[in-house]
Amino acid sequence: MNRTVLDSLNDGLLAALKKNDDVLLLGEDILDPYGGAFKATRGCSTAFPERVITTPISEAGLGGLCAGLALRGQRPVLEIMFGDFTTLLADQLINHISKFRWMYNNSVSLPLVVRTPMGGRRGYGPTHSQTLEKFYLGVPGLTVAAPLAFEEAAGGLLERVICETNDPVLFIENKLQYLLPLHTAADQNEFIQEKIYSAADSDHRFPTYRFRIKGAPAAAVTLTAYGYMAELAQQAQLKLAYDYEIFTELIAPTRLAPFDVSAVVDSVRQSGKLLSVEEGSLTLGWGAEVLARTAEAHSGVEVQRLAALDRPVPASPALEKAVLPQVEDIIDRVRKMV
Amino acid sequence: MTEWKDHLLMTDELKLYHTMYRIRRFEETVLEEFKRGVFSGTTHTYIGEEADAAGVIPALQEQDIIVTNHRCHGHFLAYGGEMRPLFAELMGKATGVCGGRGGSQHLHWRNLYSNGVQGGIVPIAAGMALAEKHKGSHAIALVFIGDGTLGQGVVYETLNMASLWKLPLLIVVENNHIAQTTPTTAVVAGLIPARFEAFGIQATELDSSDVMEIAPAAKKIEEEIRMSECPQALILNTVRFGPHSKGDDTRPQAEMEELKGARDPLKISAARLKAAEIEAVHRQVEAEVHQAFDQALADPFPAAEAAL
Repeated sequence: MNRTVLDSLNDGLLAALKKNDDVLLLGEDILDPYGGAFKATRGCSTAFPERVITTPISEAGLGGLCAGLALRGQRPVLEIMFGDFTTLLADQLINHISKFRWMYNNSVSLPLVVRTPMGGRRGYGPTHSQTLEKFYLGVPGLTVAAPLAFEEAAGGLLERVICETNDPVLFIENKLQYLLPLHTAADQNEFIQEKIYSAADSDHRFPTYRFRIKGAPAAAVTLTAYGYMAELAQQAQLKLAYDYEIFTELIAPTRLAPFDVSAVVDSVRQSGKLLSVEEGSLTLGWGAEVLARTAEAHSGVEVQRLAALDRPVPASPALEKAVLPQVEDIIDRVRKMV
Repeated sequence: MTEWKDHLLMTDELKLYHTMYRIRRFEETVLEEFKRGVFSGTTHTYIGEEADAAGVIPALQEQDIIVTNHRCHGHFLAYGGEMRPLFAELMGKATGVCGGRGGSQHLHWRNLYSNGVQGGIVPIAAGMALAEKHKGSHAIALVFIGDGTLGQGVVYETLNMASLWKLPLLIVVENNHIAQTTPTTAVVAGLIPARFEAFGIQATELDSSDVMEIAPAAKKIEEEIRMSECPQALILNTVRFGPHSKGDDTRPQAEMEELKGARDPLKISAARLKAAEIEAVHRQVEAEVHQAFDQALADPFPAAEAAL
């Protein structure tokens, strides 16, 4: 049976609990047999009953509680059931958690992970379908990471983030990405896949992936996307290649903040064109920053953004599809750029 | 810093008087010198409330934790913090408690942590208490909040969790009856102890500026928390003599003069101490204040790279 991203993340949590006694999991409804609303924590409370804590519905308080745990040497991992609810702990993320190490002149560390699923396409409606990470990408001191459907970029990434980083990390999962089978070398045989590490990531914790179609000529357009949208972008790459003979290169980072644009810039130097793809709403989104930085580093680049419309995410499948970017939208945009 | 040899020769009350006088003179110096532009940013002084810090903090043990708020100088000094790095932090100097990065309301030294946003420090203190309980260190965490902070919802989320998980946490409410410029009666409904009792947290309320009344009550509560690993609350009704910040006091002067006559913790203690002892403490503290202030003033500003 194919392992999914969810299986991998679940293993990452179990591995972290096993590896380090200071790791604690906290969240709402995370105990077995339920194992969390999306089952990411299944098995954890059975294996480590002392270190998996089910909590009241108190996101703000839990954010602070985890900050206190981390300041005193524990490694708390907080599950926020829906990414939409991260706004409830925004004060903790922005005024407390992200500030402490720097404002205390590096005399403390905060090994803390807040993990949460964002994203729509399940008809949950305006308050359970959002992609809100853009609000946290410009917070100094807060690392924002997003997994990809590869073992080491899903559970492996989560385990490294929990066990190895000493600064707070907001770990952005995605509801549909959970269901994806993990990619293996065999099913990726249409792609040349490369891993790139930012010079600032000397410990190689946050790989950026570069995907090119095997045997294709130089890319006409560079795509950049993360998380579940990277999966949709790969699907678009294949269709563009086979149906339209348009060849692209995809740069998919796992660390969104602090963001190193160099892999994108390197690709754009060759293609001259960049399309960013994200599920969050367009205005002041991730793509705006990536495009601005790329343009600063490489003048003359042609840039386009694809994102959700600046509207709430509707419940009706027909309306939701109209608001959120689809594979076809990526294909259309790229075709217009070449 | 206190000369501990001298300190040991003091009676208990004189020690506490010494702590309170250090706070008083530090804060008075801050307010005076702010007018001269020596300090930058803002500040919130503790004048009038000294008996709280001096009463609650000395009975803590070395492993215990203090989490405090925007009005934190008194807690820092009562915890044994030196004046020079605190003056320097308020001046934005490299020798400050946090190298000038934090300023008046963002301090970390040993097991004392402060932050300037109301409410959010309460769950942080609870998390620290949980961490220490998990480690089996027998430390307790103490968090200072004010009456104004009772308006923050996260406080009540924390009371629920602290009671549920039996956290060794002491919540000290310093009720100075005024939140910035707003009387507590205008913004706090119901009874303050009842807020804690509703969550099964024992609450003790004192209405005193007498450190000799606060200190034994606090010590007893701290010992109980260490034994039971259950949270408690201590509500200390007090009086803030100074402005919220630097010059924003709208209370009638006559009312303030009356309170200063009746509720000054220094006067209350001094009435029981010998004049010569008090004079010696004053001399010692004056010298400490002047030396610390002058040193901090002469200390360098951080290089721009220190912000990176």
